[in-house]
Amino acid sequence: MKNMKKFVGLALTATLAAASLAGCGSKNNDTSTGSSASSAADGTVYKIGGIGPVTGAAAAYGDAVEKGAKLAVEEINAAGGINGTPIEFKFEDDEHDAEKSVNAYNTLKDWGMQMLLGTVTSAPCIAVNAEASNDNMFLLSPSGTALECISTPNAFRVCFSDPAQGTKSAEYIGQNKLATKVAAIYDSSDPYSSGIYESFAAEAANQGLEIVASEAFTADSKADFKVQLQKAKDGGAELVFLPIYYQETALILKQAADIGFDTQFFGCDGLDGILGVENFDTTLAEGVMLLTPFAADAEDEATQHFVKAYAEAYNNETPIQFAADAYDGIYAIKDAAEKAGITADMNASDICDALKVSMTEITLNGVTGTISWTEDGEPSKEPKAVVIQNGAYTAM
Amino acid sequence: MKKNLMKMNKITKNNLITYGIVVVAFIIMQILVTSGNISSLLQGLLVPLCVYAIAAISLNLVVGISGELSLGHAGFMCVGAYASAFFSKAVGEGMPGMVRFILAILVGALVAGIFGIVIGIPVLRLRGDYLAIVTLAFGEIIKNLMNVLYIGMDSNGLHFSVSDAASLNMEADGTVIINGALGITGTPKDSTFTIGVILILITLFIVLNLIHSRSGRAIMSIRDNRIAAESVGINITKYKLMAFSISAALAGVAGVLYAHNLSTLTVKKFDYNTSILILVFVVLGGIGSIRGSIIAAVILTALPEMLRGLSDYRMLIYAIVLIAMMLFNWAPSAINWRERVKAKFKGKKQKTDKKEAA
Repeated sequence: MKNMKKFVGLALTATLAAASLAGCGSKNNDTSTGSSASSAADGTVYKIGGIGPVTGAAAAYGDAVEKGAKLAVEEINAAGGINGTPIEFKFEDDEHDAEKSVNAYNTLKDWGMQMLLGTVTSAPCIAVNAEASNDNMFLLSPSGTALECISTPNAFRVCFSDPAQGTKSAEYIGQNKLATKVAAIYDSSDPYSSGIYESFAAEAANQGLEIVASEAFTADSKADFKVQLQKAKDGGAELVFLPIYYQETALILKQAADIGFDTQFFGCDGLDGILGVENFDTTLAEGVMLLTPFAADAEDEATQHFVKAYAEAYNNETPIQFAADAYDGIYAIKDAAEKAGITADMNASDICDALKVSMTEITLNGVTGTISWTEDGEPSKEPKAVVIQNGAYTAM
Repeated sequence: MKKNLMKMNKITKNNLITYGIVVVAFIIMQILVTSGNISSLLQGLLVPLCVYAIAAISLNLVVGISGELSLGHAGFMCVGAYASAFFSKAVGEGMPGMVRFILAILVGALVAGIFGIVIGIPVLRLRGDYLAIVTLAFGEIIKNLMNVLYIGMDSNGLHFSVSDAASLNMEADGTVIINGALGITGTPKDSTFTIGVILILITLFIVLNLIHSRSGRAIMSIRDNRIAAESVGINITKYKLMAFSISAALAGVAGVLYAHNLSTLTVKKFDYNTSILILVFVVLGGIGSIRGSIIAAVILTALPEMLRGLSDYRMLIYAIVLIAMMLFNWAPSAINWRERVKAKFKGKKQKTDKKEAA
């Protein structure tokens, strides 16, 4: 009997704890909608859903997208919404997993989502788009770079596709005569990295670049790059192409300095964020070039406004490219929605049909450049080459 | 009729309850789906639930019945998933959907089963921790192999490469089917809840019948006392390999179901985290309890999704539930308490029974 009492006591405590946590949770949820009108009935708000990883290994990207999108939603709502109707935004976690991503999509559908800003990462985006195209749901991926992400007419994206980044990088290196002997180090277990590398290698031949070493690593062995660097050095590479993320790049730069390999490093948008790596000696990154559609210190008004608002909203954080993509994404949806003249009481399928057409008609003056979209969903914008000077990204 | 039921072997009765639970769950869900009273989330979860239930049952065969700790079960799922998705993509529209899917299931099970035998022969010579480590390594090998594998198909047949898609040297009409780290995209969505449940029932049928057959008893005798089993002339290698390869083939079936539910298939999913996850289902449901595996797989797969309303707190709550369930299931005092409640309940029941009889 004594035990029984204990158990009942324990159970009650647990319920209480759960209830209080649940209380916090739902409160948190309300604020996370970022809308002045709290959960109003259908037809009085536009419901935009977002999907991305906010837990797990890719959490940094999902987190940035969520913040960027919320910032845009708050700004739009403060300015009166889309044609006078406010936006409600809800973001669901997918842990960078295709299956969880589909679950997140279904959760948002239950919530009444009319348009989707997502998903953040490529493989989940492919899975979600298969569902979205079935439902004829409008999908705008801020950063799903794989070619297959937007293979259907309902899907668009803000960022460059993998092949476009590789090709543009090779073109840039060739046209600006940065080097003729090039080495590449890439992550063969990552579709983003191997996708860029493949198109880079294909275009390099056209640009008269000679690839003297192409060295791969995998996600399971990304601590020691000395072998790869040594091969690049022995091959006489004048430039090392790094279509990878900034975490590994920080290690590569450190190890290159250790073996005395002083050369030009060139990367893509994945390198954005390298100056924020903890315990990283940023002087090592001096002179590194990257091709990215977004530079936080760009001079134009839109970027400066965005960076300032972002820092104010989120503890002086500097936005990375993912946040910028999401920010542009929400504004693109706004512009397209206004152009198509949709109303909030339309269902997702009708909205999709209208937006499919109007997306190709708008030109967005966003923080990642002046963007217009083609019918296949690809953005057309110019990449900005950025070089790291005096510990800051500087436009070239 | 009641008499017959009473007479019925306790094992058969127990098995029928397990089948019954699955069938009843299926009927309830079907009613909900046809009457439209189900959320999109739950509807989307139905097939994954079947996937993990099958995977958990199959792993229970190795861990619970054969008594070996395998940490590479996701590897077999991966093999089954890739083989079947490759088959479905290669055949394409050349076959009606249903026939193609049934063949794909067979292909997935067969390939995973063959891998089970090939891996099992060297691996099953080891015991205990060593076996666990080697299976873990095997799972990683599969993952890394699939990561660099490129297969394309054109009018000249199949092309293989382990460096990149460009080196496949295909004709202009060729398509890349397995694209390295990007895996297989655009697998037809053939998996349905009905097929999933049928596959669970088939899995149950195979596993439960194996357990209660002569071979099953031999397998369990090896688990309980290897030396004694050997001394009465049981072929240890044969029976261990039997359990291991059947388990691998069934895990392959789970992989097939997974691959045909999503339009993208990458190896990232099949890392050791998934192997551990399936092991958690088995341990939580009770090692050796097939019914428990299904229930644990369903609860632990659905729970994090159902908790989405708690937003940032959901993974925290999920972890707390895991610990609480583990304590409830396995802590000695919790078991004692459960026994006492059960006894009380039974005592009452017996009393009422007596009263009714009187």
